[in-house]
Amino acid sequence: MLTLEWESEGLQTVGIVVIIFASLKLLHLLGLIDFSEDSVEDEMEMATVRHRPEALELLEAQSKFTKKELQILYRGFKNECPSGIVDEETFKEIYSQFFPQGDSTTYAHFLFNAFDTDHNGSVSFEDFIMGLSILLRGTVQEKLNWAFNLYDINKDGYITKEEMLDIMKAIYDMMGKCTYPVLKEDAPRQHVETFFQKMDKNKDGVVTIDEFIESCQKVSNDKCETFSYSYQLAKWP
Amino acid sequence: MAAGVAAWLPFARAAAIGWMPVANCPMPLAPTDKNKRQDELIILNVSGRRFQTWRTTLERYPDTLLGSTEKEFFFNEDSKEYFFDRDPEVFRCILNFYRTGKLHYPRYECISAYDEELAFYGILPEIIGDCCYEEYKDRKRENAERLMDDSDSENKQEGSMPSLSLRETMWRAFENPHTSTLALVFYYVTGFFIAVSVITNVVETVPCGTVPGNKELPCGERYAVAFFCLDTACVMIFTVEYLLRLFAAPSRYRFMRSVMSIIDVVAIMPYYIGLVMTNNEDVSGAFVTLRVFRVFRIFKFSRHSQGLRILGYTLKSCASELGFLLFSLTMAIIIFATVMFYAEKGSSASKFTSIPASFWYTIVTMTTLGYGDMVPKTIAGKIFGSICSLSGVLVIALPVPVIVSNFSRIYHQNQRADKRRAQKKARLARIRVAKTGNSSAYLHSKRNGLLNEALDLTGSTDDEQHISKSTSLIESQHHHLLHCLEKTTNHEFIDEQLFEQNCMDSSMQNYPSTRSPSLSSHQGVTTSCCSRRNKKTTHLPNSNVPATRLRSMQELSTIHIQCSEQPSLTTSRSSLNMKSDDVLRPNCKTSHLTTAIISIPTPPALTPEGESRPSPGSPHHSTNISTTTSNVVKVSAL
Repeated sequence: MLTLEWESEGLQTVGIVVIIFASLKLLHLLGLIDFSEDSVEDEMEMATVRHRPEALELLEAQSKFTKKELQILYRGFKNECPSGIVDEETFKEIYSQFFPQGDSTTYAHFLFNAFDTDHNGSVSFEDFIMGLSILLRGTVQEKLNWAFNLYDINKDGYITKEEMLDIMKAIYDMMGKCTYPVLKEDAPRQHVETFFQKMDKNKDGVVTIDEFIESCQKVSNDKCETFSYSYQLAKWP
Repeated sequence: MAAGVAAWLPFARAAAIGWMPVANCPMPLAPTDKNKRQDELIILNVSGRRFQTWRTTLERYPDTLLGSTEKEFFFNEDSKEYFFDRDPEVFRCILNFYRTGKLHYPRYECISAYDEELAFYGILPEIIGDCCYEEYKDRKRENAERLMDDSDSENKQEGSMPSLSLRETMWRAFENPHTSTLALVFYYVTGFFIAVSVITNVVETVPCGTVPGNKELPCGERYAVAFFCLDTACVMIFTVEYLLRLFAAPSRYRFMRSVMSIIDVVAIMPYYIGLVMTNNEDVSGAFVTLRVFRVFRIFKFSRHSQGLRILGYTLKSCASELGFLLFSLTMAIIIFATVMFYAEKGSSASKFTSIPASFWYTIVTMTTLGYGDMVPKTIAGKIFGSICSLSGVLVIALPVPVIVSNFSRIYHQNQRADKRRAQKKARLARIRVAKTGNSSAYLHSKRNGLLNEALDLTGSTDDEQHISKSTSLIESQHHHLLHCLEKTTNHEFIDEQLFEQNCMDSSMQNYPSTRSPSLSSHQGVTTSCCSRRNKKTTHLPNSNVPATRLRSMQELSTIHIQCSEQPSLTTSRSSLNMKSDDVLRPNCKTSHLTTAIISIPTPPALTPEGESRPSPGSPHHSTNISTTTSNVVKVSAL
C-alpha cells in the first residue's frame, strides 16, 4: 500500500521534473531564455565599417589644401584610423593623449560633434578636411562660425548660458586637479558669467551668431595677435 | 571570373573560329578596347622593400585601397612610386591576394597586426581562403576572449570612477564583490543563507527521534514550525536579493533571460506556490514534488565559486560531445536490452520481463556498475551480457578525453587571466609613470623657459638657443598647446608635490592672516583643494564680492604666500606673458618649423586640429591677458 503510494508520488515527481525541463528547453528554443553568458561571437560578427574618401582631386577642389598637404594629412589620418572613419571613442582616446593631466573626454565629445557635420556618429576624412580647411584657411567669419557651432551644443542657433557653462566645465576639466592657483568648483561658472554678459547684447539670455561674431571681432581688433596665431599655423609648404 | 582564367580568354576567343561555318546569324561586333593605355608596371615601396606589379592586377579589386583611387594619396611625385609605411611581410600576403585571388593567413603572424593591415588596405577578412580560414577564426576568437577578460578586469580596477548612479554602483557591487566592503558583506551573507537553506533541506528528511506512537518522524515534521521559519527567512533573503538584482540590472530583459536569474526564480517559486496552495490533498503530491526544486538553490553557489562556473562553461562548450555520448549510449542500450530480453525469454522466473525492464540491466552493466539485482541465467544471456559490459567501457571512454581537453583549455585560460590580472597592477603603474613623465616634461620645459628668461635678463643669449633646441619640435608644439589651455583658464599646471604643498601652505596660512577677505578666500581654497576628491560643492562665503576682484585678490594672496617660499615662481608669473610672445615669435621666424607639423604621422598630425581649438578661446585669451597684466603689475608693486 505504502509502496504504491510512494511509487505514484515518485512517478509524479519524475513527471513534473521532466515537464519543467522540457518547458525550459522549449523556451530556450524559442529564444526567450538565454543559457549563454555574453557570447564573444556576437561581437565578432559585427561588420567593420570601412570608408574610402573621395578622390584626391575632388577633395582638393572642395577644400583649401593642396594635393601634397592632403596626402600628408591622409597618411596621418589613415595610420591612426585604418578603417577610414573615426568614431567617438577613438577620437576621445587620441585627444586625451595631449592632455595627460586632466580629463578631456567631455571636450573631445563637443569637438567630435562639431567635426561630425552630418551627425552620423563618425568622422570621415572628408569631414575632417572640411573642418580643418575652415579652421586653418578660412576667413575670420568662417572660423567664428565654426566656433559658434562648437559652442552651440544642440545646434539650434543659440548659445544659452548652460551650453557655455558645459563647454567651460569641459575646458576646466582638461586642466586636471594639480593647478596653480587651485581650481575652485565655481571657476567655470564665474568665467561664463563674465563672458556671457559681454556677449549677450540684448540681454535675452541667449547669444545668437551675430552677437557672437560681433563681440569676438570687437575683442580681436584690440589683440590682433590672437588671430595671427592661426595665421602662423596656416603657413604650410 | 578568377584571375588565372582571364589569361586564357584570347585562346577561347580564337577557338571560336570553329563556330563560323555553321553560324545562323552574323557575328556581333567585337568590343573595341577603349582604353588604349598600355598596361604599366606600378612600383609599391613598402618600408623600403619594392614590389612591382601591373596596374590591372591591382584594379581587379576596385573596392580596396590598392585597387581604387585611394592609393593616389600615397603617391610620391619625386620617385614616381607609391610609398606605404607599413609592414612588408604582411604586404606580401596582400599582394598575393591580388595576384591569385586567394588571401592566406600566415601562422607566425600576430592576429591583431594582421587585422590592422587588412583594415588599412580595405580588405575584408572574410575573403581569407578556406585553407587558412579556420586558423584565422580560432585565433581571432582566442584573442577576443583574452581582450574581453582584460577589459573586464580593467573596468573593475579603475580607481576613481566618475560618480555612478545608484543602479550602476549596485550592479557593480553585485557582479564583483571586491569593489566595496558592503558588497563583500552581502556576498558572504547570501552565501551563508544558501548553505543554510541547502542544509535545512537535507536535515529536514533525517528521522530524528520517535514520537510516542512508534512512528519514526523525519525532523521536518517534528519541528515543522522551526523549519518553516528557517525556510521563510531564506526565501525572503533570496527574494530581496533577486529584486535588488532586477532593479540594478542595466538591461532587465537580458537579466531575466540569463541562467542565474532562472535558477533564482526556480529556487524561490516553490515556497510561494506552497503558500498559495495550502493543504489541498489532491495537489499535495505535486507540492511535495516542488520541494525538489529547492535543491536548485545549491546552483546559486556558482556565483560564488569560480570553479563551478568553469565546470558549467566546459559542459556547455562540450555540448556536442556530450550529445554524441548520450546518443550512442542510447543506441547501445536499446540494442543490448532487446538482445538480452530475447535471450532470457526462455528461462523461467527471469527478471527480464520486458524490454524496458532490461534497460535497467543494460545501463547498470554498461557503466560497469553491476548491482546484481538482475542477472542473466541462460548461456546466451551471459555471453551477450559480457559483450555488453565490454562495449560499455569503450563507448563511454571515447568522448571523455574531448571533454577533459576542453576543461583543461578553459581552466588554463582562466589561470592565465588571473595571472595577467595580477601583473596588470604593475603594468598600470608603469603606464602611470609614463603619463606623469609626459606632464612633468611640460613643467620641466617651462622651468627651462624661465631659465631662458633669467638668462635673457642677465644678457647671455647664446645659452638660450642651446636650451631651446633640446626639446623636439613636437614637444614644443605640445607644450604650446598646453600653454594656450593655461591661458584660457587662467590657471597653471603644476606637479603633484607642489600642489600638495600649496594645499598644506594655504591651510596653514589660515591662522596668521591679516585681511578678512583673504581669509575667506583661503577657506575657499582649502575646502576646494582638500575636498576636491569628494567632489563636494563649495560656495564662497563672500559671494557678494564681484568675481574678478575676488579672483585677483585670491591670486594675489596666494602669490604672497608663494613669494616667501619659492622666489622662482614669482618670476614665472611675470615672465609667462613674455614667454607667450616668445613662443609665437619662433613660429613666424622660420617657415620650415610649420611644415614639420604635418610631415610626422599619428597624433602630431592632428595637432593642427587641436591647436586651432584656442581660436574659439581667443576672445577669452585676450581678456585674460589683460587681467594677468594687471595682476603682474600688482605683484611687482609688492
